[in-house]
Amino acid sequence: MLPDSTGHYGEFGGKYIPEVLMGAIEELEACYEEVRHDGDFHRELSCYLLDYVGRKSPLYFARRLSQDLGRGKIYLKREDLNHTGSHKINNTLGQVLMAKRMAKKRIIAETGAGQHGVATATAAALFGLECEIFMGEEDIKRQALNVFRMKILGSKVTPVKSGSKTLKDAMNEALRNWATTVENTFYVIGSVAGPHPYPLMVRDFQSVIGREAREQILEKEGRLPDTLIACVGGGSNAMGLFHPFYEDKEVRFIGVEAAGDGISSGRHSASLSAGEKGVLHGSLSYILQNDDGQILEAHSLAAGLDYPGVGPEHCFYKDSGRAVYENVTDNEALVGFQKLSELEGIIPALESAHALGYLYKNRERFREDEIIIVNLSGRGDKDAVTAARILRGEEVSL
Amino acid sequence: MNRIDRKFQSLKAAGKAAFMPYLSAGDPDLETTEKLIRALEAAGADILELGIPFSDPVADGPTIQAASQRALAGGVTLEKIFALVRRVREKSQLPINLMSYYNPIYHYGLEQFVEKMVEVGADGLIVPDLSLEEAHPLKELTVSRDLKLISFIAPTSSSARQKRIAGQADGFIYLVSLTGVTGARQQVNDNLGRMITEIRSYTGLPVCVGLAWRLRSRPARAPAWLTGSSSAARSSKKSTAAKGKVIWLTRRPFL
Repeated sequence: MLPDSTGHYGEFGGKYIPEVLMGAIEELEACYEEVRHDGDFHRELSCYLLDYVGRKSPLYFARRLSQDLGRGKIYLKREDLNHTGSHKINNTLGQVLMAKRMAKKRIIAETGAGQHGVATATAAALFGLECEIFMGEEDIKRQALNVFRMKILGSKVTPVKSGSKTLKDAMNEALRNWATTVENTFYVIGSVAGPHPYPLMVRDFQSVIGREAREQILEKEGRLPDTLIACVGGGSNAMGLFHPFYEDKEVRFIGVEAAGDGISSGRHSASLSAGEKGVLHGSLSYILQNDDGQILEAHSLAAGLDYPGVGPEHCFYKDSGRAVYENVTDNEALVGFQKLSELEGIIPALESAHALGYLYKNRERFREDEIIIVNLSGRGDKDAVTAARILRGEEVSL
Repeated sequence: MNRIDRKFQSLKAAGKAAFMPYLSAGDPDLETTEKLIRALEAAGADILELGIPFSDPVADGPTIQAASQRALAGGVTLEKIFALVRRVREKSQLPINLMSYYNPIYHYGLEQFVEKMVEVGADGLIVPDLSLEEAHPLKELTVSRDLKLISFIAPTSSSARQKRIAGQADGFIYLVSLTGVTGARQQVNDNLGRMITEIRSYTGLPVCVGLAWRLRSRPARAPAWLTGSSSAARSSKKSTAAKGKVIWLTRRPFL
């Protein structure tokens, strides 16, 4: 069972962090070992997931989308219907409950699209903890709605001005802040990235997605799905859907990365498709880097995918062939965004729209009777301004 | 014998502490870095820590972040830094530690990197994001070539951890003086003396105290001291200004 006892997924993963943080990582590992097998912890978390988040999330058969596509039966795992509007809350509640158990008074987090920031600020408010969110200046501009939400929830939002001013830099700054405040602060990482045990913890907390989906599809179709599709930035919604199907070898996993302006343009976020092995933010994975090992800036219309690394377990899935990773451009994702809005009355997050864009781009690859589950990881309210600008040429201000 | 070991031996014999300044290579350009190295040596630097700039320096505060960005914007590369070390080594026996985040080393190839260090005459390697847990592959290579892979101990390292780190350490122990990132601060950790005493009970290696010094705040009890951001800040102005600082540095006796 992966990861191994040292936090590795094959050669990927590990704990590549400054010594000053190792004490906190050891403490976190010990706490997670304890809560992993603690019925009380899981009962408490389940209560919040049920009554507060509104789980389980529906598995919805998208009839008109399936008809329009002309291939496959498309089911949507409706993580967009969760409280706060994305799958991120599944993980932040788990981690903040751990913070409470560890008697930490302060929560910090990085955020890209702001979904993880909002979900962290929400959990911090719920448990009365102080909260500071690090967010790139560029992302603050394009995700203004989520910035307001975090502030209303009582969190401090700290703009990060270094580097590309996006998710990568927000994570750098959160790590620096954690190094300085480690004694009273819990760092809530939002993806299956970072040093061990984060990729494991986040995977476990997000696996509720796949566990539910597996039960739901067996109930509706009487058999397992043929294909699972999810967008991959750091990879938490994809890992949450995929992992409970890991042993079902007949179920195909497709992770969809953001190709931005196109892989050949160099302006993309496709670490698995076009990156090389390296170490960023605490683990060994595929990352976007130049010939000198300097990290490159990622690009995507979807702020939540705009990251030059990816979770180590996805790297393992790629190299072992358990999953395939493909990519779609900003424009192809916008096709998915429009189609779902117009055909099903569901506005998806631009991140999730990549998974839908993949279906439209590759429809000939699917059989007519193929059962496909797409993880609809978040709702698109936050992206309305961007979409109005690009699709309708309208400037909207909040 | 490695130049770092030799230096500590002679310092110990003379009853002196070591001064180990830091420079971000290529900030603002490599010619200036080379002049600064020579000036620091003339001013009494015992060991040099030469920083390889990285795009995402998570263990560094604003001063070294800015220095790294200036250096990268100026087009510095690993090969150019190796060439600089080679030039310095032709005329000097100053021990040189390269400071690099792990990714540039990993991407270059661990074995190739270590061989290159031997070839150009570097002596040790300081890797702030390489934990004890992940250090093994690189450590094996540095040991086999008589290079020092320096280990860190932090105020947050448990006693059990300090013991494990000290047990495998090489060259010297880099004691992180405060929980945090690099950068000049007014305060010095009150527990420093106690921490040094504890580390000394685990190892006979020299203990060097780093992070968060201002140049004048050297604690009397530290057996060696490093200074990064202070010297990086002093070299951060345009090269003309940096030349002025060279004079300032050369005039100032550190020991």
